[in-house]
Amino acid sequence: MIPAHVHPAAPVERDPHYNFGYLDESTKRMLRRALLKAVAIPGYQVPFGSREMPLPYGWGTGGIQVTAAIIGANDVLKVIDQGSDDTTNAVNIRRFFGRVTGVATTESTRDASIIQTRHRIPETPLGKGQIMVYQVPIPEPLRWLEPSETETRTMHALAEYGGMHVRLYEDIAQYGHIATTYDYPVMVNGRYMMRPSPIPKFDNPKLDHSPALMLFGAGREKRVYAVPPYTSVKSLDFADHPFTIEQWDECCDVCGSTNTFLDEIILDDQGTRRFVCSDTEYCAHHAAGAEDKKEPAQQRAAAARVDASTIGHIPAGAAS
Amino acid sequence: MSAIQPLLSVRNMTHTWDGVHGCRDIDFDLFPGEVLCVVGESGSGKSTLLQAVSYQVTPKFGSVWYDTRDAGFTDLARLTAAERRMLARTDWGFVRQNARDGLRMQVSAGANIAERLMAIGDRHYGDLRAVAGEWLSKMEIEADRLDDTPQQFSGGMQQRLQIARNLVTRPRMVFMDEPTASLDVSVQARLLDLLRQLVTDLDLAAIVVTHDLAVARLLAHRTVVMRGGYIVESGLTDQILDDPQHPYTQLLVSSILQS
Amino acid sequence: MPRTPSIQVRDLEKTFTLHHQGGVTLPVLERISFDAGPGDCLVLAGPSGTGKSTLLRCLYGNYLASGGSIRVRDGDRFTELTQAPEQTILRLRREVIGYVSQFLRVIPRVTTLDVVAEPLRQSGMAAQDARDQAAAMLARLNVPERLWALPPATFSGGEQQRVNIARGLIGGHPVLLLDEPTASLDADNRAVVVQLIRDAMAAGRCLIGIFHDDEVRAAVATQTLAISPVVVDKTASQPAFA
Repeated sequence: MIPAHVHPAAPVERDPHYNFGYLDESTKRMLRRALLKAVAIPGYQVPFGSREMPLPYGWGTGGIQVTAAIIGANDVLKVIDQGSDDTTNAVNIRRFFGRVTGVATTESTRDASIIQTRHRIPETPLGKGQIMVYQVPIPEPLRWLEPSETETRTMHALAEYGGMHVRLYEDIAQYGHIATTYDYPVMVNGRYMMRPSPIPKFDNPKLDHSPALMLFGAGREKRVYAVPPYTSVKSLDFADHPFTIEQWDECCDVCGSTNTFLDEIILDDQGTRRFVCSDTEYCAHHAAGAEDKKEPAQQRAAAARVDASTIGHIPAGAAS
Repeated sequence: MSAIQPLLSVRNMTHTWDGVHGCRDIDFDLFPGEVLCVVGESGSGKSTLLQAVSYQVTPKFGSVWYDTRDAGFTDLARLTAAERRMLARTDWGFVRQNARDGLRMQVSAGANIAERLMAIGDRHYGDLRAVAGEWLSKMEIEADRLDDTPQQFSGGMQQRLQIARNLVTRPRMVFMDEPTASLDVSVQARLLDLLRQLVTDLDLAAIVVTHDLAVARLLAHRTVVMRGGYIVESGLTDQILDDPQHPYTQLLVSSILQS
Repeated sequence: MPRTPSIQVRDLEKTFTLHHQGGVTLPVLERISFDAGPGDCLVLAGPSGTGKSTLLRCLYGNYLASGGSIRVRDGDRFTELTQAPEQTILRLRREVIGYVSQFLRVIPRVTTLDVVAEPLRQSGMAAQDARDQAAAMLARLNVPERLWALPPATFSGGEQQRVNIARGLIGGHPVLLLDEPTASLDADNRAVVVQLIRDAMAAGRCLIGIFHDDEVRAAVATQTLAISPVVVDKTASQPAFA
């Protein structure tokens, strides 16, 4: 089941004092039931008993609980944060699962069976059998409109979503275009409105009819929801203001890609900037593949390769 | 000649908040294109009547029937909550005394008016904006206020905006709770005249709750007088005001200061 | 050959009970009976305060009759007004019975032209056609054109009266009730109104009216109904309001 070139063991030793996956078996069962219900009703927020995790709310406790509930000994886990495998949060969560499961980990999107993410979907297209787990801060798309939980639940039950289009109308009236650029609301399976977590709207199309299973966990708000494989996910828009994704004039400085989400990195106090793929694994992979061609642009990029871990990383469009 | 079917029928309806205060044994019909005024002083139960008839609360006793577009004359108790809410958003309007309670104050006038259309699936921004603009001028508000929020409107303008928000889906019936009571006298006349025209132009049926007999005289074909939760007299508005029969109605009519 | 009457009144009674004046009852009309038909102009005669206006208001459904019957010709049958549901009375007012009241009740902001056009609009006529006919009627009544776009609130008594008459006559109702239509008019305008009344009678309408001017009465009346004051028998005890 595990491909040969994947790291055979987690970089951290399995700590036997913890139950497999940190959560007790009853909790995992409760979460799985909630997830089954979520998969059965695409886009519908299912309440669950969110547990105390060894990190505070706001740091991905929902996503971690979902992963903990579904991970098995034979799984291969990838964790990314803002598209990168080597940011602090990604490293810590990967280490955590190493300690509590001993499961193999990877940076390769293709080789992972479970990918936990904060704020991005990988550029490499996902395949059948893969599971994405998203960390969600606020699951309720109507919360800005209606503070009452009972009222928003009623609105979902009755599919009363007019208010959301009011928000988009206001954007167009005020700015001339829809101003939401991340956590862009979508309609799932033509029935429930959902927040896809704070991924850039660039990634929304990847949700539509994906072969992978998408699971979303919000720890503080105690909700899980899901998009099963091959489900319709449509971003909200107007007929005369259709949904569009971000575009850049520049290409990636490292790999030359023109169709991935680029981060803008400030290099010095004079404001020199570089544009680099947010998905570091894809970028490295793409650059490695293109090095043979020796195109001038890529040669320059290779020569001035930026080490992201040593320079302040300021991704474009990030939530603060 | 066949009788015209009523649009709304209320039979034996009673609703109280605490077993004591509210409205009792309410019976009336409302016909298409007809305005009915419910007149009474504070504590008469008229607001409770409106809330119960519009099913914002479920009446404790009795029934309310409505001639729905799809299913004909239906007992509202038989509809699901979803169907009633849909009815309330499309075929009915509800104009509250205080415009702030019936508007989204933080959202532009255009969005306020277009919301109901967006809720029923209209998805063309340009068309929505055009319709909202038309309604703004129908309500005698300048077209360039379309992107302003109601915070920036006067009380009379807010009330007219609330009315437009309710009428955009061309409902057949509108409930109004003291639509002019919060407005200055000079502003009331303009609003009442606007309402009068709209009722005629759009063939609206309306139930208007008011303590002001002048509103009844101006707007309503028929009037019912409430006291202590009961309807004490009902009839054509001009008959109620010119030839009141019940002692309480006579007291009410004789108490109006002649201008 | 007997004509079918337009309106048939039998033993009409009207008594007012004033609950806040000790429940005193005021009988105003007693045993009023008459027939009136197409082409008639029935004039109500009698001293003032005898209930002539009250009778007209009962015929319009504005006052509730205390007893008796009022049958109104409604298409090819008769409708009993005293028993009719409110929707029927509203329909009769739109289609059958018109009323020219003594005083014009002014609605703020509505122009004279629209006031006069309203009965036509109510019966479904398009706005412009209704306004055109209203203009013709106002012109006939010598109401100056510069006043047509103004609400009648500031008009003189005579001008308001003519607007009232225009509104009452324009709908072509088979039965027309007129309460002192010439009271505030000068001789010329009185003559115009008399002619309009005659035209209406010739067109087969049934008019019932109160005219305090002898000449006008003489010019239009085909029947007269004398209304005498109700004699209250003071020896009988006044029933307290039950």
